[in-house]
Amino acid sequence: MTVDVTKTPSEVAEASRTEPRRVRTRGIMADGRPRSTTSIITMVVLCVLWTLPTVGLLVTSLRDRDAQAETGWWTALWNGGWTFDNYRGVFGSADIGTSLLNSVIVAVPATIIPIMFAAFAAYAFSFMDFRGKDVLFIAIVAVMVVPIQVAFQPLLNLFGPNGLGISGQFIGVWILHTGFGMPLAIYTLRNYMATLPKTVIESAKIDGATHFQTFWRLIVPMSVPVIAAFAILQFLWVWNDLLIAKLFLTTDNATVIVKLQGLLGAQGQGTEFLPAGAFISMVIPMIVFFTLQRFFVRGLTSGAVKG
Amino acid sequence: MSARTQDPELTGTEPEPVGPGIGARETEAAVPAKILLGLVGMVVVGWFVANASLAFAYYPGWFANSKVLIGLLALVVGVGGAYFFFYFLNTFVEGLPGRISRGLMPYAFLAPGYALIALMLLYPTIQTINYSFANSDATAYVGLENYRTVLGSQEFRSAILNNVLWLIIVPAVTVFFGVIIAVLADKLSTRGEKVSKSVIFLPMAISFVGASTIWLLVYQYDPANEDATGLLNAVWRAVGGEPQSWLQNSGLRLNSLLMMVILVWLQVGFAMILLSSAIKGVPEDTLEAARIDGASELQIFFRVVIPQIKGTIITVFITVVILVLKVFDIVYVLTDGRDKTQVIANLFFAKLFRDSQSGQASAIVVILLLAVTPVLIYQVRHFRREELGR
Repeated sequence: MTVDVTKTPSEVAEASRTEPRRVRTRGIMADGRPRSTTSIITMVVLCVLWTLPTVGLLVTSLRDRDAQAETGWWTALWNGGWTFDNYRGVFGSADIGTSLLNSVIVAVPATIIPIMFAAFAAYAFSFMDFRGKDVLFIAIVAVMVVPIQVAFQPLLNLFGPNGLGISGQFIGVWILHTGFGMPLAIYTLRNYMATLPKTVIESAKIDGATHFQTFWRLIVPMSVPVIAAFAILQFLWVWNDLLIAKLFLTTDNATVIVKLQGLLGAQGQGTEFLPAGAFISMVIPMIVFFTLQRFFVRGLTSGAVKG
Repeated sequence: MSARTQDPELTGTEPEPVGPGIGARETEAAVPAKILLGLVGMVVVGWFVANASLAFAYYPGWFANSKVLIGLLALVVGVGGAYFFFYFLNTFVEGLPGRISRGLMPYAFLAPGYALIALMLLYPTIQTINYSFANSDATAYVGLENYRTVLGSQEFRSAILNNVLWLIIVPAVTVFFGVIIAVLADKLSTRGEKVSKSVIFLPMAISFVGASTIWLLVYQYDPANEDATGLLNAVWRAVGGEPQSWLQNSGLRLNSLLMMVILVWLQVGFAMILLSSAIKGVPEDTLEAARIDGASELQIFFRVVIPQIKGTIITVFITVVILVLKVFDIVYVLTDGRDKTQVIANLFFAKLFRDSQSGQASAIVVILLLAVTPVLIYQVRHFRREELGR
């Protein structure tokens, strides 16, 4: 891909015409770089090592209780024990469907709302001049490091029955994730917006657009790559979070990760559901991750987090 | 790749035409109608969102007890509420006299975000520091008693030692693998690079709890008279070892090391992506110059590439350090601190919920806060340097 980007098709064609021998040589790759056997072997080994544990989980989730307990998953091809019962059980008696739905209800607003709040702040930092700008932004950089554990006890009290009475409900968790994600969101979005051309804003101002209009019609569309990147990051973080969901949601509203943690602690009956439950909890984030990976990588590397 | 094709969207996007003259106010005087509309709007939006949320929570029957419906409505109310709040806030500030309006607008844009940060992070930090000087149910001040108890306890010292181990090992190993994989992947064909990077990157989508489940299977223990079901024990037996209960084996802190493997497995992809883009950004002519001078590939790597990607290495390192300081889920789920695997974040959780010692728990968080302060200062300095370079 790297060469395709920099060379036009005609240039590539010309290169292959002038150096026909090199293209056909086995030790040379299609783009003209030498093929490195050491790299290939090492990377294959690393990739296998990286995938093997997850494959193990998938295979185990498809084997019955006895097979799981008695033989290793890598023997499944000849020892057998294949079944879909674990998935049926996890949706049936373990009722993971509800917790999946809860996870979606928690994760989607908790991803979108912080972006809206942060985008306005990032706009102010990028395109407006005001007193205390540097100090306020440095505060963001500093707050990013604060461990969220500081928040638990005071906020459990504040959200609890003696305070706002929203502990255990979705809204409490949305507010929490919005607050905790805010510093990184402002930081990331601002770093990207700072690279946008100022002239665009100037001309919008001359045309008489207000900041609010400029923000929605110009800056938001131009910031789509970084918004997408942060959205993925925040979605993964909210979906995969255990602590906040465990502490601030009732059992009825528990997310799939809390459910999985419950399965992990279970003894005896139902332990065979654990691998299936774990796999189900990973499916949605993996789909999100893979379909939007391009955005994610570009957002991460386009000066957004770099710094 | 991204380093070479600098954001095509940016240069490609033509500014949309903005209607001429809208909102450009000739007068500098206040517009009471706008002020009123803005104020009323903000109050109504706030009232509506608060009541809708309470209704979702306490009267699910109004919504046919359907979680899907409540979820969808909640999404509309939450996102729409945020939009309209900003809309009316903007209307309110626009209605103010010209000079005040211009001066106030930036703060209006910042206010909602900062209000949340203040509520979620600043207020709790102060309150936690306050609690750390109070007794177990925060009814009376006990001075430095909590700190004395915590610092004097064997469990805490063990947790500190483990956290230091995590801090020394995990970021370094993650960066090491990240660099290695980034360099090797760069030498593969386009397709090979893409596939292998995706494979290494994939665990980033997996939760700590999910990853712990995956690795629990790898570390599974079965007695010698049964077949091994854990991959690690199978390999260990194949080379002639006795079956081990890995996560209970604290010799040389082996169990902690095995849990660190999980975090490294999860984070290497993130490190690799950032480092890979940095490596691709190293100018070709600096490499060419070194080659002409007769440097070996290894020398080029250490003397030319590494110095040029130092900034990214530091960024990745700091990010992983911050993550490791707060490491909780893996330890909580796998050992809950048994067999000498305790870490600070898990000890905090145990003190707060298992032992109901809120004062001591708060003291532990304050100590954690002090521990991250150097990282915080470094982060701010690093940021300032980068800003000067912009």
